[in-house]
Amino acid sequence: MKYMLLIYGAESCWTEEERTTCMLESMQICEELAQQGKWIDSAPLHSVTTATSLRVRDGVKQITDGPFAETVEQLGGYYIIDVEHLDDAIAIAARLPPAKKGTVEIRPLFPLPDKP
Amino acid sequence: MDPRLVIENIYRSESRKVFATLVRLLGDFDLAEEATHEAFTVAMQQWSADGIPPNPTSWLISAGRFKAIDAMRRQARFQNLQPELIRRLGEIEGQNQLLAEQEIQDNRLRLIFTCCHPAIDPRIQVPLTLREVCGLTTEEIARAFLTTPPTMAQRIVRGKSKIRDAGIPFAIPDSTEIPARLDSVLSVIYLVFNEGYSASSGESLTRVDLSDEAIRLARLLVDLMPDPEAMGLLALMLLHESRRVTRLDADGDIVLLEDQDRSQWDQALIVEGREFIQQSLRSKRFGVYTLQAAISAVHSEARVALETDWAQIVSLYDMLLRVYPSPVVELNRAVAIAMRDDLAAGLALIDGILDRGDLSDYYLAHSARGELLRRLGRSSESRSAFQRALSLTKQAPEQRFLQRRLHSLDNSP
Repeated sequence: MKYMLLIYGAESCWTEEERTTCMLESMQICEELAQQGKWIDSAPLHSVTTATSLRVRDGVKQITDGPFAETVEQLGGYYIIDVEHLDDAIAIAARLPPAKKGTVEIRPLFPLPDKP
Repeated sequence: MDPRLVIENIYRSESRKVFATLVRLLGDFDLAEEATHEAFTVAMQQWSADGIPPNPTSWLISAGRFKAIDAMRRQARFQNLQPELIRRLGEIEGQNQLLAEQEIQDNRLRLIFTCCHPAIDPRIQVPLTLREVCGLTTEEIARAFLTTPPTMAQRIVRGKSKIRDAGIPFAIPDSTEIPARLDSVLSVIYLVFNEGYSASSGESLTRVDLSDEAIRLARLLVDLMPDPEAMGLLALMLLHESRRVTRLDADGDIVLLEDQDRSQWDQALIVEGREFIQQSLRSKRFGVYTLQAAISAVHSEARVALETDWAQIVSLYDMLLRVYPSPVVELNRAVAIAMRDDLAAGLALIDGILDRGDLSDYYLAHSARGELLRRLGRSSESRSAFQRALSLTKQAPEQRFLQRRLHSLDNSP
């Protein structure tokens, strides 16, 4: 099953040094997962200050500066993995450094019939 | 013997085993439920004619499996041979259908861990376990939880969808995960029990069944996984259960432990509970449930309340406080100290807990305080403590108990 791990956390709670360590550790985990055939994609996201939100209402584009919701904890990155079941996904999520400071939301991907 | 009766007995004792194994094989609750029913329908026809097979459980599992394969084939044709369905079909057909008894038992354990998975809302874990592991009907569960069948059905469906869509496995967790996961199973069982034991709300009749169900579930768990804390929980429930008839009087009013008619306590349950406690204590891996059971067992050893070994109870609370520090445990320990040493010492401890701001909204803290003050002859302080307690509880029997206490204070000098 494919899962998306959404990494939420307060952007301000990381020092520059912590951020670097976190990045290195995360890359190592990705490497490992890729070797096991469990890694599909992952990336950290730029700060929410770079976010742009868009809504189309009555055919009119409404563009605003900022994220979907103004909250302390923001989406800061994601992983897409392919594992057996939820317990595997939980075990991987528990190893991710941001899980210690923020929250990792685990969402199963809805499988669509094979696309052309 | 009438084959119909034999089949009914087998249904009662084996249908959940068959179901659990089919869930494991098919990976789908609804398909497994349907296949279980079909297997018994076929059995009813075939066994009446040919007699009971030597291993009815395996027979039923294999019949259910074939029925499910048929159903999936029909479905696959219907949905234009969906590749995912075909893949699963091949997998199920390829599985070795001869299952050892041990594996059939393990499948029940897998199902318990699945229904009590921490990724499922705790309010859903309880009904889901009663439905899928114990085989209670949705109507029965709804009645026990004083809600409507559609509401309960909705919760159970949500639980089943979560298992399917989130990919919660039918698996016994890794040994490193077992302690945490077992905790979640034990707390579900204890919730079921307490729902049935606190007969203060709803009709007591249907709720007693829930306690029985919890005890049955704990027995099953102890059989499948003889963990010390599973034994501790079973013992705790057996000891509670041994006092069921004496804890409320004919009017449904609370009778305190010290005032209960001890000759009516169920000795068989007490003896059984004590054996599990001994076994758990010997393992040296016991925890909160075993310690609480041990405290309860000390009470059950005293023929009259005055003979209670309070020193032993205090030392058990000391141990409990080390494994599970909590203000409620501190409160209970304070009461035990009051009984072992003197009332004032216990009162000072309770005041200490309340002064810290802990338990200030917990009615039992004020009720215990009121009781110690009453025994110390400090009537007006006792009255305000009982009044505070009364303002904090909404349960009718508890309110009546506190009112009686207040009334007795009014009539004393």
